[in-house]
Amino acid sequence: MHNFEFVKPATIADAVAALAAEGAQPLSGGQTLLPTMKQRLAAPEVLVSLTGIAEMQGVCMGEGGLHIGAATPHAVVAAEAAAHYPALAALAGGIGDPAVRNRGTIGGSVANNDPAACYPAAVLASGATVVTNTRRIAAEDYFQGMFTTALEEGEFITQVIFPIPQRGAYVKFNQPASRFALTAVFVAQFADGVRVAATGASNNGVFRWEEAEEALSAEFSAGAIAGLTVSSDDMISDLHGSAAYRANLVKVLTGRAVTAAR
Amino acid sequence: MTKVTMTVNGKSVSAEAEGRTLLVDYLRGGLGLTGTHVGCDTSQCGACVVHVDGKAVKACTVFAMDVMGAEVRTIEGMANADGSLGLVQQAFQDHHGLQCGFCTPGMVMTTAALLAENPRPTEAQVRHGLEGNICRCTGYHNIVKAVLAASGQDADAIAAE
Ligand SMILES: Cc1cc2nc3c(=O)[nH]c(=O)nc-3n(C[C@H](O)[C@H](O)[C@H](O)COP(=O)(O)OP(=O)(O)OC[C@H]3O[C@@H](n4cnc5c(N)ncnc54)[C@H](O)[C@@H]3O)c2cc1C
Ligand code: FES
Ligand code: FES
Repeated sequence: MHNFEFVKPATIADAVAALAAEGAQPLSGGQTLLPTMKQRLAAPEVLVSLTGIAEMQGVCMGEGGLHIGAATPHAVVAAEAAAHYPALAALAGGIGDPAVRNRGTIGGSVANNDPAACYPAAVLASGATVVTNTRRIAAEDYFQGMFTTALEEGEFITQVIFPIPQRGAYVKFNQPASRFALTAVFVAQFADGVRVAATGASNNGVFRWEEAEEALSAEFSAGAIAGLTVSSDDMISDLHGSAAYRANLVKVLTGRAVTAAR
Repeated sequence: MTKVTMTVNGKSVSAEAEGRTLLVDYLRGGLGLTGTHVGCDTSQCGACVVHVDGKAVKACTVFAMDVMGAEVRTIEGMANADGSLGLVQQAFQDHHGLQCGFCTPGMVMTTAALLAENPRPTEAQVRHGLEGNICRCTGYHNIVKAVLAASGQDADAIAAE
């Protein structure tokens, strides 16, 4: 790994200043960035740890729903979101393994936007707002294809705000070697309609399955989507599963999520 | 190089580290605590698990500087004060929960963290809790037995599959 200067600011304002430096990059839980740096796929000159910033930690109810600080580890979300948004807590508790959940954070996951990551499905299905040091970004505008987001140079996530659905569930079909999602679906039922987001499936990253949303908004049951099919055109195809397999999984998992929703 | 100070196994320690120095290298190279192992160096195997402020983390995927001032516990801190094996270690020995022993430090640290949170886990909870710890010798059955025994449960009750 190339060496770098390590800084650990205690406030968002100090992090903004530190990230203005040439070659600076944020570090959150490091569960993705450290392996990437070891492979020399990333070589920041300055690494700005966000884990010492109290304003970016924790889970609480607030305006617009559940506010989660970007540097909150998955294990803390799993424990503290359970009373407010059980489907989201369960998603956090199923990421990787205990050690990954103790370090990895929601901000790092949403910033990275891995096509097989769990949180992006929750953010999109909940219609969450990604709050950064400069603005608020709606989930629809935030995700822009695999590993691509609306974040600009020097901009970082400080918080994610989740509207809480009446019912919701996340069903993940594990890729047992990586412990990521081979494919996974988040279903959320709100008073004004149902939202369905799938991860691990598309070459364009997390996406909404609008046909299913329409059918489920009319009737919230697994049977309501029985007649629909998901096109395999843009689906990921690799040694773990073909495009057609993943397209079918999106439908199967959506049905399971509807049944499991609470 | 910067002097990085933290508390390891109850003692305040310090050693030189660069920004890129991993916690596991700080422990092994800087402090000579070689009980923490490096299996994969890619955050997959869990051989390097230590506790940071009571939580199990993979020491190969944390920078030493990021945990400056923290309370760290390693396998060297798991024995009883008189030097005899600690509860979890003894259970691993009693139930033959190790073969070559390479994964054992990480298994013991993950187990200790699991039991601190959930003192009487079910077999399924043990297997879920050990998901991030890989045993190259594949002796999972006896490892699960050891964990159940360490929690005071009847280890022989689990199915021999
Ligand atoms: C063995 C293993 C299994 C895993 N399994 C899963 C799984 O099942 N599901 C899943 O979703 N994930 C999984 N992950 C990934 C894990 O959830 C990571 O924690 C997460 O993807 C990245 O979060 P982090 O806090 O570690 O970010 P880091 O690694 O610190 O950062 C990741 C990237 O985001 C940037 N970044 C970090 N924080 C911010 C911020 N606040 N604003 C802007 N940019 C930022 C960094 O610069 C970097 O580019 C797994 C990881 C491992 C090692
Ligand atoms: S050496 Fe750290 S997880 Fe394998
Ligand atoms: S005992 Fe050999 S790797 Fe687990």
